[in-house]
Amino acid sequence: MEHIISVTLENKSGALSRVAGLFSGRGFNIESLSVAPTLDPSVSMMTVVTNGDERIIEQILKQLNKIIDVIKVVDLNESDAVSRESALIKVHARSEDRAEALRIADIFRANVIDSSPTSYTIEVTGDVQKIHAIIQLLQPLGIKEIVRTGRIAIAREPVRTVATQSRPLAKAN
Amino acid sequence: MAQLTGAEIFVEALKREGVKTIFALPGGVVLKIFDVLHQQKDIEVILTRHEQAAGHMAEGYAKATGKPGVALITSGPGMTNVVTALADAYMDSVPMVCFSGQVPTALIGNDAFQEADNIGLSRPCTKYNFLVKDVNDLAQTIKEAFYIASTGRPGPVLVDIPKDISMEKAEFKYPDSVSIRGYNPTYEGSKWKIKQAADAIMKARRPVIYIGGGVQLSGASAEVRELAEMTQIPVNQTLMALGAFPGQHPLSLGMLGMHGTYVANMAIHYSDLVVAIGARFDDRVTGKVSEFCPSAKIIHIDIDPTSIRKNIHVDVPIVGDCKCVLQELNNVLRATVNGDQKELRKPWWDQLTEWKTAHPLSYRQEPDQLIKPQYLIDRIYQLTKDRDPVVSTDVGQHQMWAAQYFHLTKPNTWLTSGGLGTMGFGFPAALGAQAAYRDRLVLCIAGDGSVQMNTQELATAVIEKLPVKVFIINNRFHGMVRQWQDLFYEGRYACSYLDQSPDFVKLAEAYGAAGLRVQKVSEVDDGIREAMAIDKPVFIDVPVYQFENCYPMIPAGGCNHEMILEDPPELQKRQGATGKAESKDTILTA
Repeated sequence: MEHIISVTLENKSGALSRVAGLFSGRGFNIESLSVAPTLDPSVSMMTVVTNGDERIIEQILKQLNKIIDVIKVVDLNESDAVSRESALIKVHARSEDRAEALRIADIFRANVIDSSPTSYTIEVTGDVQKIHAIIQLLQPLGIKEIVRTGRIAIAREPVRTVATQSRPLAKAN
Repeated sequence: MAQLTGAEIFVEALKREGVKTIFALPGGVVLKIFDVLHQQKDIEVILTRHEQAAGHMAEGYAKATGKPGVALITSGPGMTNVVTALADAYMDSVPMVCFSGQVPTALIGNDAFQEADNIGLSRPCTKYNFLVKDVNDLAQTIKEAFYIASTGRPGPVLVDIPKDISMEKAEFKYPDSVSIRGYNPTYEGSKWKIKQAADAIMKARRPVIYIGGGVQLSGASAEVRELAEMTQIPVNQTLMALGAFPGQHPLSLGMLGMHGTYVANMAIHYSDLVVAIGARFDDRVTGKVSEFCPSAKIIHIDIDPTSIRKNIHVDVPIVGDCKCVLQELNNVLRATVNGDQKELRKPWWDQLTEWKTAHPLSYRQEPDQLIKPQYLIDRIYQLTKDRDPVVSTDVGQHQMWAAQYFHLTKPNTWLTSGGLGTMGFGFPAALGAQAAYRDRLVLCIAGDGSVQMNTQELATAVIEKLPVKVFIINNRFHGMVRQWQDLFYEGRYACSYLDQSPDFVKLAEAYGAAGLRVQKVSEVDDGIREAMAIDKPVFIDVPVYQFENCYPMIPAGGCNHEMILEDPPELQKRQGATGKAESKDTILTA
């Protein structure tokens, strides 16, 4: 089963290769991996998409935790999470196809970020299905090049039903 | 405050860590450090003849003392040579700090002379590694290195020091404590889980305690003994745990696993509760995982969460230090245990005794024929046990026989390469232990194949006056390889016969050590006594019967209750036809 794991780690040289080395050394799968610094510049946040049965995922989580540069590991499958991926797609767009390319981009709320007489570069963000769908629709026009970010994900903030009663007054001393 | 060079900071930091001895081999980029070491007297520097041996000596030192062993080596080939020792220490959780020289910071990445990516090379075989990029970080880094190496599940840590860092100056401030936000080992076990474990122990009818190297590392021998004696539960030991529970204790079943005793393997297979303490369910112990103790509930105590449920399902996982957890568990049990445990466990012990007597460890030594390896080890044990020796081994048949016949009684007296199975480990490891305990008897039981992987350290042994006694169980084979070829490859000895070994007696003498040869059964006792009386390193070459196989044996991937107990009939027939069954040997070395 696919799992999205969020890893908080030290933002220093070597930390990324410790994580990557763990996956290759122990034969775990990486489907995608993306990493960038957080608000605290000494800390990076990594999103790893992997798959495996329950036992393998348990090992992956434990092994990640064991890495000394890793500060925190969260399996986002255990809570509700939102995930997104971006792609830059350079598509052939000769005169007869240009309108079609723009129409497809529009349907997916994608942006054209570069244009040449024979091509458009389209930027799209969404879940995996959306990225797959736009790629499928653009393919007949001819995709020249494609770059994807890999998925990033974040846990949803739990929605609490707001209590209507007023907060108790501070005790008077 | 006075400014010190990186090299001086290094030496001061080691002193603060209480380091007495380091194992080292110099090279261009570490000369500054060696120069400072040369001008002080607090730290003894043992010059080895090969970096791999420096690493194994540090391991031997660490295993015997429980304190981190320290090695210092140079960049490039120095580093690649020590990788084997680091990998060995990582597999066996040996606390060790290795310092490697590196080319000057400005040259890193330029393919400079003797440059290697030390961090990249050591990453998969160390617990952690550091590249020091600023001399102001050096003291803090060394503090962290020792802290990481010796806490939690211990392991090797590498500190890579570029040449310019050892020459630059900085203020020396040694930190009192360390805090690393991504590293917080759990020592205390969950009380709730410990209570569950105690309940399971009280309910079990056929329980077994299975201890591993973690018991040595956490110093939990006394606690294991209290647990076993209080509950009258038998104790199985892994290769790494030998000595952590007295081998001759009535509750000891001996070693389990591939070459474990019949009773130990039968006991764990038919048990209804396994109490695993500081062990990691290695494949040499479990055999076929899907059929490993099919009817048992499993309690697993380990400081490393990744060890739990890695290979097998665990019912009561307890993450924590063996000693801390067992103290708590014993407290709970002391309040719960009632009635005569001996009486309660009688049916189980009757069964165990039956297994014990059905197939005890055994060998046959005819007085007029070639020496059997088991006989030799048995005699070494009998003649030295009163002197409380430290025993190291290499890897192979002799290692398994030593594990079976040398009944150690104290923790930290058994130095062996378990996880990685590193041939060549035994001799340097023994030297490391001897360097720590100059007055103790240190024995090495080696094979003629293994010992040749590090004989150059005879020079170190002689010059540093480390009088280890190395018994070479000489069967002119890579014996374990030959055994597998006899059992699984129809006796085709591909590259297992060692037909050109040196004369080990002359080899030892050439280095200025002593050499002895024992060839007859009647000479064994005198030979051992003679070796013990020599105040020098000694190689004792003992040509033994070549085709002796090590049993019991569970074939790789086999099931624990299905042991091979003797040469199978087809092998006996084959050996009979070629004259190998007779204890005669036509290719004696001497």
